[in-house]
This record gives sequence, structure tokens and C-alpha cells, in this order.
Amino acid sequence: MLTVSMTVNGKQVSKEVEPRTLLVQFLREQLGLTGTHVGCDTSQCGACVVHLDGTSVKACTLLAAQAEGAEVTTIEGLAQNGELHPMQAAFKEHHGLQCGFCTPGMVMSAVDLLKHNADPSDREIREWLQGNICRCTGYHNIVKAIQAAAQTMRG
Amino acid sequence: MYDFNYHRPSSLEEAAKILAGAEEGIPLAGGHTLLPTLKQRLAQPSDVVDLSGIAELKGISEAGNAVVVGAMTPHAEVNRSQVVRSRIPALAHMASDIGDSQVRHRGTIGGSIANADPSADYPAAVVGLAATVKTNKREIAGDDFFTGLFETALEEHELVVSVSFPVPEKAGYAKFANPASRYPMVGVMVAKAADGVRVAVTGAGPSVFRWTEAEQALASNWSADAIAGLSHSPDGLNSDIHASAEYRAHLIGVMAKRALAAAG
Repeated sequence: MLTVSMTVNGKQVSKEVEPRTLLVQFLREQLGLTGTHVGCDTSQCGACVVHLDGTSVKACTLLAAQAEGAEVTTIEGLAQNGELHPMQAAFKEHHGLQCGFCTPGMVMSAVDLLKHNADPSDREIREWLQGNICRCTGYHNIVKAIQAAAQTMRG
Repeated sequence: MYDFNYHRPSSLEEAAKILAGAEEGIPLAGGHTLLPTLKQRLAQPSDVVDLSGIAELKGISEAGNAVVVGAMTPHAEVNRSQVVRSRIPALAHMASDIGDSQVRHRGTIGGSIANADPSADYPAAVVGLAATVKTNKREIAGDDFFTGLFETALEEHELVVSVSFPVPEKAGYAKFANPASRYPMVGVMVAKAADGVRVAVTGAGPSVFRWTEAEQALASNWSADAIAGLSHSPDGLNSDIHASAEYRAHLIGVMAKRALAAAG
């Protein structure tokens, strides 16, 4: 066993894990943060995207041990004081989801995009989302939601 | 995933020592090939040695007329680096299109070339740009580094430290990505440097190779016309559910022309 410590959604956590524990398992099974989903488990679908030190990563392709000392933000950490993050609000407003399974990963990925590119084109959004698969929406409303959130966040 | 011992050394010496002392040790770079492999139980190392704590493996610098990329530098950092963008834009472009955004945040150049996947992008840059691979034991010329399907000149437990890319006069990279996996079915790096022209092809064969016929044609005439009439033989090329050897052979010509157009 191994002790891993990290900050998750602003809270310091420290737990014993098997070395083979994936970050996504750690989040879901040991911390009960089940908003981060496991879709494909083969690094392709992006349902498990979280932020590691501010950068979007696939939590199914990272050992919990690799996040030692890091700051992790999951979908549960986006809303502040009960108010949805502008990206979450935009997905809701623009119907950027149907079944919602891919949504946590989509939102976390999109938030990271806007850090690098505050005013992306539709094409840049679609390219950025290559690692996030949605089987319901056809992506149109996801792109619309991200554009709306980008506009809100630019102020 | 089978269980293993996890280590995170802070120096190359320590990493080498752990690997040498382990029953079956394996280095972990970005983990975007190794972890999926372990999850499928296709490998069972006794010890996983995470290289992310070794400072000297990270970062990008200029040394003389070369750009040196540390082994643990992720693709996204190569893409965003002002040094790479200004000195070797073809390399920045290549790094911008490997996998997807999140893969590019974790996947590293050292991990990619040590793995030597026949469908990886970076081998085309290592060979096409006449790079030199520095390890914890020696320097290996890019031409000698890749020796076959998932095979490299690296000895057991030898670790890639950095890759040094001489700045070319011109270079361009083009690939035909598999629409699902984004891996290049064929990727071609075309480069013109003081010591000659190189055309390196990845994805098409068991390992990256140079298309010498095209190199000779471009050496005397750096234009699309020079290679317009050339075609590569399908003999020995990969044939699988994604593309036949004939299709890949055709793509080599098409991608070489696109790479040349990108190089200008």
C-alpha cells in the first residue's frame, strides 16, 4: 500500500491506496466523487476528464500516485456557493446534454479550452473536443453552449 | 491491472538503480501507452518507475543550432513552446495533432519514441529532422534509434534523456489520421537542411523509414513536380483493417506532397 496526498476541490485529502489504483477510482471509490465518469476505460471517450494542476487530463489513464501533491478539480468543484459555473449554466441553457453521461468530461475539457483560448471558433472547439465522445447530442448544442459560456466569461 | 511496486525517483541515477534491481522494472513516462497496456493485463511488471520527479528530463531549450526537448516534455508543451514554434514550426505542428487535447497534456516525446509504435508521429521527426537521442548512457543518431516494430536501439533500462533536433532550413509534416484513433495511417516529414534532404515516413511500415528516391529527387529540385511522378512500392508495408499496403503506399506520395507544401 501507498499513501497518497493531494488537494481535491480545495480540500486536502490523504488515503492509503494500492499502487495500481487509477486516479478515477480514487476519486469515485475512495472519495465518493462519482461525478467523474468511466465510459470507455481505454483513454478515448473523455467522460473521466478532471483538472490536474489546472490542466485537463483523463483520470482513467493516470495512477492516483501520479497525482501526489497535485491540485485536482472535478466537476463537483466547479460550482461556487451553490451557483453553477458559467460552463455548467450554458450546457443547461443550451441543451448541451441529453443523457448526461459525457457531460462532466465535456464541461471540464471545455473549461480548460477557454483558459488557453478565450474566444475559440466553432472549429477550434470541435478540434479540442476530439477526446470527448458524446453519443446523444451530435455535438451541435455542446459547441453552442461552449460559445455561450465563452461569451459570458469574457464579460 | 496486476499489482506492482510504484517508485518516483528524483534523479536518473536513482531511477536506473531501481530498474536494475527490480525483477521486472518498467519506466513510466506520460503513461498513455503503458497504463492502457497494464489495464488490459498485457504486461505484468514487478516495479513501475515514474520518471516525472526527475527535473532534468523536463523542458525545452536551444543549444547552438538545435532545439533540445527533454524526454518528459508533453506534446502540448512542444506545441506551445515559442522556441519550437519559431525554430522548427513543423515540429510544433506535429505535436499539436497527436492524439487529443488530454493525451497531449500527458503523453511525452521520450515515452513515444522509446515505445516505437509503428503508428506514432514523433519517429518521423526524429529521423526526418536528423535528431540525436541522448540517453543516460550515450548519444544515438536518429537514423539508428528505431530498429523495428516496437524495437529501438535502447538497451535494457537505458533511459531517454532528451532529443536534440537540428534546426532545418525548411520542414513540413503531413499525416493522414485514422478517423477514430487519430494515429497516422501514414505520416511524412520532409526536411531540407545544410547536409541534404530527408523524407521520413511513419505509420506505413513496421518502423519509420526514409524514402530515398524522393530525397534524391527533392535534393536536385525542391518542388512538388520533382516527386509528382514517383510512387512508393507497397512491398513490406503494413496491411490491416485500417488500410491495405497498396493504400498506404499511395498515401506516402500524397502526404509527401502535402508535407512539401507545408514546408514551403
